[in-house]
Amino acid sequence: MGSKAERRIGTEDDKDAVGGMPSFVSPLSVSTQFGTEENHFNSSQVSDFAALEQSIGFGIEDSIDHSTNTVITSNKSVEQAFNKSLDSSNITPISPTRVRPQKLPTERGQRQNLVSLPSGQFENWGESKMADASPMTDTSTDVDTDEKNQRFDIVPSTGMAASDSSDRSKDKTGDQKTLRRLAQNREAARKSRLRKKAYVQQLESSRLKLTQLEQELQRARQQGIFISSSGDQAHSMSGNGALAFDIEYARWLEEHNRQINELRAAVNSHASDNELRGIVDGVISHYDEIFRLKGIAAKADVFHMLSGMWKTPAERCFMWLGGFRSSELLKLLVNQLEPLTEQQLVGICNLQQSSQQAEDALSQGMEALQQSLAETLASGSLGPSGSSGNVANYMGQMAMAMGKLGTLEGFLRQADNLRQQTLQQMHRILTTRQSARALLAIHDYFSRLRALSSLWLARPKE
Amino acid sequence: MDRVSRLAQQKAVVIFSKTTCCMCHAIKTLFYELGVSPAIHELDEDPRGREMERALLSLGFSPSVPAVFIGGRLVDSTNTIMSLHLNGSLVPMLKAAGAIWL
Repeated sequence: MGSKAERRIGTEDDKDAVGGMPSFVSPLSVSTQFGTEENHFNSSQVSDFAALEQSIGFGIEDSIDHSTNTVITSNKSVEQAFNKSLDSSNITPISPTRVRPQKLPTERGQRQNLVSLPSGQFENWGESKMADASPMTDTSTDVDTDEKNQRFDIVPSTGMAASDSSDRSKDKTGDQKTLRRLAQNREAARKSRLRKKAYVQQLESSRLKLTQLEQELQRARQQGIFISSSGDQAHSMSGNGALAFDIEYARWLEEHNRQINELRAAVNSHASDNELRGIVDGVISHYDEIFRLKGIAAKADVFHMLSGMWKTPAERCFMWLGGFRSSELLKLLVNQLEPLTEQQLVGICNLQQSSQQAEDALSQGMEALQQSLAETLASGSLGPSGSSGNVANYMGQMAMAMGKLGTLEGFLRQADNLRQQTLQQMHRILTTRQSARALLAIHDYFSRLRALSSLWLARPKE
Repeated sequence: MDRVSRLAQQKAVVIFSKTTCCMCHAIKTLFYELGVSPAIHELDEDPRGREMERALLSLGFSPSVPAVFIGGRLVDSTNTIMSLHLNGSLVPMLKAAGAIWL
């Protein structure tokens, strides 16, 4: 808003606006309105504003949001707020004179540039020296012409005339205080209206952005699924793969919770074995579904899957190779599932031991991978001489390292396979009712872990 | 191919591997844990490794290693091995092949 400074309203006198002249600002909303006018209004026509006074302030209330022209009488910072909204229009604030409620001195139909600052620049309207200048104080009297009724529709083409300086020095003191108070009120009101307007605009644009993002997400998800299932496409869709999986996981979890609730209700109501079996089978095959999705996502973005970013923090902390540890799960279940027959107990213990062994094997494989990768990257010279020498070596190293990274997906698959097999074997060893209870126990355990994450994240921090 | 089959018959458990392959390392670890001492052939250290690798690929192994033969019979894939272990059939298989006692 340099405009402020620039507008010198030459016309009137120079009562210098030093220090804040009260001025009227009438934002003619767009400078475009003024068609040809030069943009800087120097002396523009000043019509009288007088009437612009107070009422304008009030009247504007509602119209302000709609109208492009607003007239404000204020001193102080209102002007700034205003000028902000006037985009570069060259509207120079006009010193308000006295504000007299209700008159809108806009001359309709005339395109006039309104604003003229009676005196030169105002840097700051800050402290209104309202007292000082009321250049136009009087003009109001003159101007009362038409437009009283408006509520201000100072419609773009109206110009406000600034009163001319002649009247200026009229009444000061008396209404000084009142004027000031009123002006301040108006100013505050105006500011808050502007703020509200800005906020609403922000909301609108955010809403728009939100719908756009949702659409993109939708598209990305579809694309993500498409791409990953076609396997070898060399698209860098990793972003989409991760995103797509996260969304699918969220949906899977919702469905899983629903199924578990159904299962719980069935168990609590002592449903028949057949019924239970149906639900249990449903839960197990739903688990199969997530393993399938994980496999697809691992092809697209193995690091995302390994990172566990799609899990809650506490779950992630106890994660092993992208998911839960089967042996731990079984350990937990053994306690929850009594009574077990001898045979079942043996079966479960063996299962636990086998999965422990398999887990160890995979963990060691992963460690070997890490070491091997480290060795690959460290081979050749590091440090100052760097790889300045041998680009071929560097490229070779990188190629090898890339190959090793490629095996990560295999490990992830094996880990998921372990988990899947564990669930299926468990289901085989246990009776239907026991399986139902086991599934409920597993769900409850993880759901507590998730709740723990939320609590942790929400804890008060000093 | 011949060489592969021949080698595969030589011991109860034969594993074709590569020194650089970490999944092979995992499988080997598993068998050691089970008390098996498999015969391990590192294809990248064997002069005829390439040929053997091709043979394995032709059997449908992808990647070619690790390839595990128990009692002369090929076990499908790492997946299969893990699954067999979890369902408790790996150990009996090993016993039957004479790879472990007890």
